[in-house]
Amino acid sequence: MNKNLELITAPLRKTNPVTVLILGICSALAVTAKLKPALVMGLSVTVVVALSNLVISLLRKGIPAKIRIIVQLIVVAALVILVDQVLKAFIYDVSKQLSVYVGLIITNCIVMGRLEAFAMANKPWESFLDGIGNGLGYALILVIVAFFRELFGSGTLLGFQVIPQGLYDFGYVNNGLMILPPMALIIIGVIMWLQKPEEDKK
Amino acid sequence: MGLRKFIDKIKPNFEEGGKLYCFHSFFDAMETFFYVPNKVTLNGAHVRDAVDMKRNMIYVLIALIPCFLFGTWNIGYQHFLSHAQEVTFWQTFGYGLLKVIPLYLVSYIVGLGIEIVFAQVRKEEVNEGYFVTGFLIPLIVPADIPLWMLALAVAFAVIIGKEVFGGSGMNIVNPALLARAFLFFSYPSQMSGDNIWIAEKADAYSGATPLGTLLNGGGVDQLPSMMEMFIGTIPGSVGETSKIAILIGALFLLLTGVASLRIMLSTFVGAAALGLLFTAIGVSDIPFYYHYLMGGFMFGAVFMATDPVTAAQTNKGKVIYGFLIGAMAVLIRVANPGYPEGMMLAILLLNVFAPLIDYCVVAMNISKRKKRWAKAEERSAK
Repeated sequence: MNKNLELITAPLRKTNPVTVLILGICSALAVTAKLKPALVMGLSVTVVVALSNLVISLLRKGIPAKIRIIVQLIVVAALVILVDQVLKAFIYDVSKQLSVYVGLIITNCIVMGRLEAFAMANKPWESFLDGIGNGLGYALILVIVAFFRELFGSGTLLGFQVIPQGLYDFGYVNNGLMILPPMALIIIGVIMWLQKPEEDKK
Repeated sequence: MGLRKFIDKIKPNFEEGGKLYCFHSFFDAMETFFYVPNKVTLNGAHVRDAVDMKRNMIYVLIALIPCFLFGTWNIGYQHFLSHAQEVTFWQTFGYGLLKVIPLYLVSYIVGLGIEIVFAQVRKEEVNEGYFVTGFLIPLIVPADIPLWMLALAVAFAVIIGKEVFGGSGMNIVNPALLARAFLFFSYPSQMSGDNIWIAEKADAYSGATPLGTLLNGGGVDQLPSMMEMFIGTIPGSVGETSKIAILIGALFLLLTGVASLRIMLSTFVGAAALGLLFTAIGVSDIPFYYHYLMGGFMFGAVFMATDPVTAAQTNKGKVIYGFLIGAMAVLIRVANPGYPEGMMLAILLLNVFAPLIDYCVVAMNISKRKKRWAKAEERSAK
């Protein structure tokens, strides 16, 4: 049980897919200007990684090694289409904001990375937990980045005005750089910078 | 020598075990700032030379003084000109000083504060690297920039531009320019447009810089005269307007050997080459020498591009680096409809490419010598 728990907790920090394995950076830059799309994106990826890990792990003994990438892609693509349809049906505005990036989960390196590195060699339940853990690790970084970008770039959180009007009257101005993708890269860099020395100590 | 005695008297407090030990980086910084320290390297081979980082940095500060003085005066001059007021020289200069001093206070307190904290945490010594950066930053922003924005930009430049890479001498891009780029992209309404370049401008007065005029579709005939642009009585960032002051600084830097003549000249040549090309094929009707006089081109070429840390190191590399800066700056000015000024972006871009340029120059030299050596081998074998 303890080992299973670690499958979920380790990717949050120690083997975080974004800050340690440097996977999925591209979408982390694209969808983190606002908190809401980042949350939805994080959850979508979690669902896709967990379920595709589960399915591939169930099939792992029957997949010929030569065509395994194609099989993995078909499973992932099917799941992504499902997620995309669900988003379109229930939260249309966010799905509009995410635009192509939901479809691009197929190419998210975290998904393929976990399938290749974990699901192909482990039992279904462990693979499922590993998928949940990695998806949440990805979502965590996305949420941290989006929190700072939305707070300082737009003065809002989840669309609600957080920075009071009085501050704007006083001369405060939203930071335009926060809205631009480079700032997401810098924030991810800072997170890595803060995270690294602690790991070196261990 | 009262100060020396005072420093010696309080010194024990800051040494290991003293009660103010936690401030020892700050004390070290101030001591080396006022006096040449008597510390020497304990082991390893080293060169004895009068030119150390401290002297280099102080030469750059001296070279910047004409720009600083003229810029300060020009702030007042532009302000009173826009209000159509006749005032004395000292009123003009005093107005400028009141605008500039807060900028310097913010720049140095925030920047040095961060440097000292980092030095303390990393158990390193604070060095003079920030003195030049801190002096440059107020010279490349509009005089009316809100101070909190400046503080944020300085913090960003020092932490992200310098300390994450390991402090002075390890930075990839010029921290002063990074501060400006941060302001430019973060707060475009405070950093561009026609209304911000004159301090507390009268509303009716047009405050467009020459580059702003061109960006808005104005022709060369609407620009200030070349003489005005050369002397510097035009709106613009604090230190960039006067080309005379910049040239005095450039001369000083070249005479003392601090800045590289190769970089400066090739920057000018690069701008001329692309400027001439553009006028020849009819893309723009701005004569190339106007690019020298407008905006921050000269200031960038003299004080920013020549920064020894971020520039290319090899002789051939310096020429390529400078040429590309000049060409890129003109390219951005002429071809880009969004940003009026290209010098900042051109230098930052080439800062990033400088190590690659050096690598290519060195690799080419190695392969050239290898070939020569192979030929000699062949000959001797015969």
